[in-house]
Amino acid sequence: MKITLKIWRQDGPKSKGKLETFQLNEVEQDMSFLEMLDMLNESLAVKGERSVEFDHDCREGICGQCSLVINGQAHGPESHYTTCQTHMRSFKDGDTIFIEPFRAKAFPVIRDLKVNRDSFDTIIQAGGYISALTGNAPEANNIPIHHNISESAFDSAACIGCGACVATCKNSSAALFVSAKISHLAKLPQGQVERKERIEYMITAHDEEGFGSCTHTGACAMVCPQEVQLLDIARMNYEFNRALCKAT
Amino acid sequence: MALNAKEPKGALKDKWRLYNEHKDLVNPANRKKIDVIVVGAGLSGGGASASLAELGYNVKTFFFQDSGRRSHSVAAQGGVNAAKNYQNDGDTIYKMFYDTIKGGDYRSRESNVYRMAQLSVDLIDHMTAQGVPFGREYSGYLSNRSFGGVLVSRTFYARGQTGQQLLMATYQAMMKQVKKGTLTQYNRHEILDFVLVDGKARGVIVRDLVTGKIERHSAHAVVLGTGGFGKIYYLSTLAMNSNVSATWRAHKKGAFFANPSWTQIHPTALPQAGDHQSKLTLMSESLRNDGRIWVPLKKDDDRLPNDIPSEDRDYYLERRYPAFGNLVPRDVASRAAKERMDAGHGVGKLKNAVYLDFRTAIGKLGVATIKERYGNLFTMYKKITGIDAYKEPMKISPAAHFSMGGLWVDYELGTTIPGLYAVGEANFADHGANRLGANSLLQASVDGNFVLPNTISNFLANEIRTGPIPTDTPEFDEVEKAVKDKLEKLLSIKGKTPVDRIHRALGKIMFKEVAMSRNEKGLIWAIKEIKKLRKQFWNDAAIYGEANGMNSELEKAGRLADYLEIAELMAKDALSRNESCGAHYREEFVSEDGEAKRNDKEFMYSAAWEWLGKPDWKLHKEHLEFHDIEVKTRSYK
Repeated sequence: MKITLKIWRQDGPKSKGKLETFQLNEVEQDMSFLEMLDMLNESLAVKGERSVEFDHDCREGICGQCSLVINGQAHGPESHYTTCQTHMRSFKDGDTIFIEPFRAKAFPVIRDLKVNRDSFDTIIQAGGYISALTGNAPEANNIPIHHNISESAFDSAACIGCGACVATCKNSSAALFVSAKISHLAKLPQGQVERKERIEYMITAHDEEGFGSCTHTGACAMVCPQEVQLLDIARMNYEFNRALCKAT
Repeated sequence: MALNAKEPKGALKDKWRLYNEHKDLVNPANRKKIDVIVVGAGLSGGGASASLAELGYNVKTFFFQDSGRRSHSVAAQGGVNAAKNYQNDGDTIYKMFYDTIKGGDYRSRESNVYRMAQLSVDLIDHMTAQGVPFGREYSGYLSNRSFGGVLVSRTFYARGQTGQQLLMATYQAMMKQVKKGTLTQYNRHEILDFVLVDGKARGVIVRDLVTGKIERHSAHAVVLGTGGFGKIYYLSTLAMNSNVSATWRAHKKGAFFANPSWTQIHPTALPQAGDHQSKLTLMSESLRNDGRIWVPLKKDDDRLPNDIPSEDRDYYLERRYPAFGNLVPRDVASRAAKERMDAGHGVGKLKNAVYLDFRTAIGKLGVATIKERYGNLFTMYKKITGIDAYKEPMKISPAAHFSMGGLWVDYELGTTIPGLYAVGEANFADHGANRLGANSLLQASVDGNFVLPNTISNFLANEIRTGPIPTDTPEFDEVEKAVKDKLEKLLSIKGKTPVDRIHRALGKIMFKEVAMSRNEKGLIWAIKEIKKLRKQFWNDAAIYGEANGMNSELEKAGRLADYLEIAELMAKDALSRNESCGAHYREEFVSEDGEAKRNDKEFMYSAAWEWLGKPDWKLHKEHLEFHDIEVKTRSYK
């Protein structure tokens, strides 16, 4: 396959970026999207040119490090895929592909296609945990948890923290990300004690980090690689209102 | 230097209790005066970071990813073992110890393994309290599945994303301590070398991967939780950036490296599809609970798998190992697959795969049950291959996966450098010559959360009067200069061969001769080829850009330079062991029916290698003694 690439190049957070054009003539359908970029970088290395910086690690869809916007869609053309799982069979010979970083005020570009997502860490630091210290735990089977509740908590806990929801949202809201953690912990009995503080602190951190508000468009849930449900955002709003009226 | 494993006296089951009763402690007021550097934020490094910070030590955690939540523990799928005996199937701590020692082919230290089995029970409690949504029965109680090499169900799981869920709990515990101010995290930072002061590990030289700036950080002790080095094979189940650099550079500063050649080749990964491939995705071993492995009985049978009737299929694991069937340990399953493929029965375009078939299980349990158990794995399979595995069998193939070898550590997880500790896959302990499935998450978590925070106090108790370690000393000057010189040297090569291309070439040599099956001739050839490749790297690697800024090609080059050194030691280690044990299968040493043949008389030891420079090494032996288990031939028939 012959592919034309239009890739966002930007030296640093404060520099001005621009799209640069590259041509690859020997792309194979079985290649993953990132292997196609490996091929590009090898060709640049041979020419002594600076490689295109992009984030990636596990390449099996679970670490959440890859963060590309491909032809205007976070992670690429397939719904609920990460970039690393996207393969070139999703494209045609002769295609021109636009590759940009995730864009949001809270995700400043570091270089080329790499962005800084420390804001996600800051949100979790605010309260995205259960404060059980090592060595304090009761016997695991002491609290039976209904199969369906545990499974439902898992659905929310599956979030990989990639930030595609933010990159897709027209308001750059991290509502789906925050709600996934809120829902994971609120659904489980272990998470009850810190329920009120958790939602208050996490929402405050979300707003302070520069993420926008949720207006329930639902685009986030369309791209989420783990298919975190929009219903989690409803639960987050419930938790927030509940915290306003209740003492614990 | 004689190796001292520092095993506590007393009966096996009492050792850990006795150790804790007699160790030194640091009082809470003194802990905040003590700095500990942790490298790595996965289950072992992250667990150690969070637990040490909870105790009140000043913890600084370094990792190259953009967040601790991305550490490669995240990718472990199947589960974590614990001797809870929730299934009432006769499990005990001793049975788990027995399975692990036997699974490792009697090449691990009894006291460490027993402690891991003991602490497995606490780990499940701990992780449940942190909110890990383990699989549960409709009664609400925790559910278990079975893994290779055992006769009980002791594996706890969170669908096929157990590693992710344990890592989230660990990461969240870390984040909590960041907020409390006892833990400082340095993301996108890579360790380039270690600073020793008066023989003790007192600091690190790191590179900020965003700015390229070289920084000095000091501490009273350093903990490495940097994982394994299976990525040396280039094609592996590991993350692209997983590397050996931290442990290797510690090795070159005096930490002995043990059993480096013992690499687990996982039997159920996706096969390679072409030369461009960068990664072999793992399909969890848990699939072997319900999937049956087979190849066509006839060579080069071109029929589609569903068109091949039962009588033309060879369920070779069930045939060769009737007692354990599809659930034999990984080394056995990988070798058996290789044997069939070498004999011409491989399937797929490159004839490099075998079938993993769910037809029987779906017939018995229905699609819905299979979907709930392995749904995400089937989805992942479809995303990568485009094939629906509910309708036709998966194609799977062996791939490099886990490093049983690593830095040599004593019972306290201390390396041969005082003040330098290694936890999780970075050390060599617990798994012997072959790791059992679902023991990796266990060892990493137990080392980080329960063992290290308790053993390190024995060392730190003597540091309460030391005061902060200054970084403006000749020791730091010297190491920083060496680090900068090496970066300059890499950038001055300005050659023509891309770094990845050299890495692929190294991977091919290693997978051919230093992987599933080894022999003297092949190993000698491999050493020669590795040396040639190392020369090519230093003469012709294409590394451009600058050191004072983000430069991922430079990062890769630094890691590959280390791989090109440890590769030689791996081959040398394999060559020095004239026996077969676990994953180390020497073709010259096999039984009549083709199984691995140990030589306990001469090789019942862990090989700990000392760096002598140039590169050259000296072998030290930790002789293994088994008092609580009868040493037998490992059989799964």
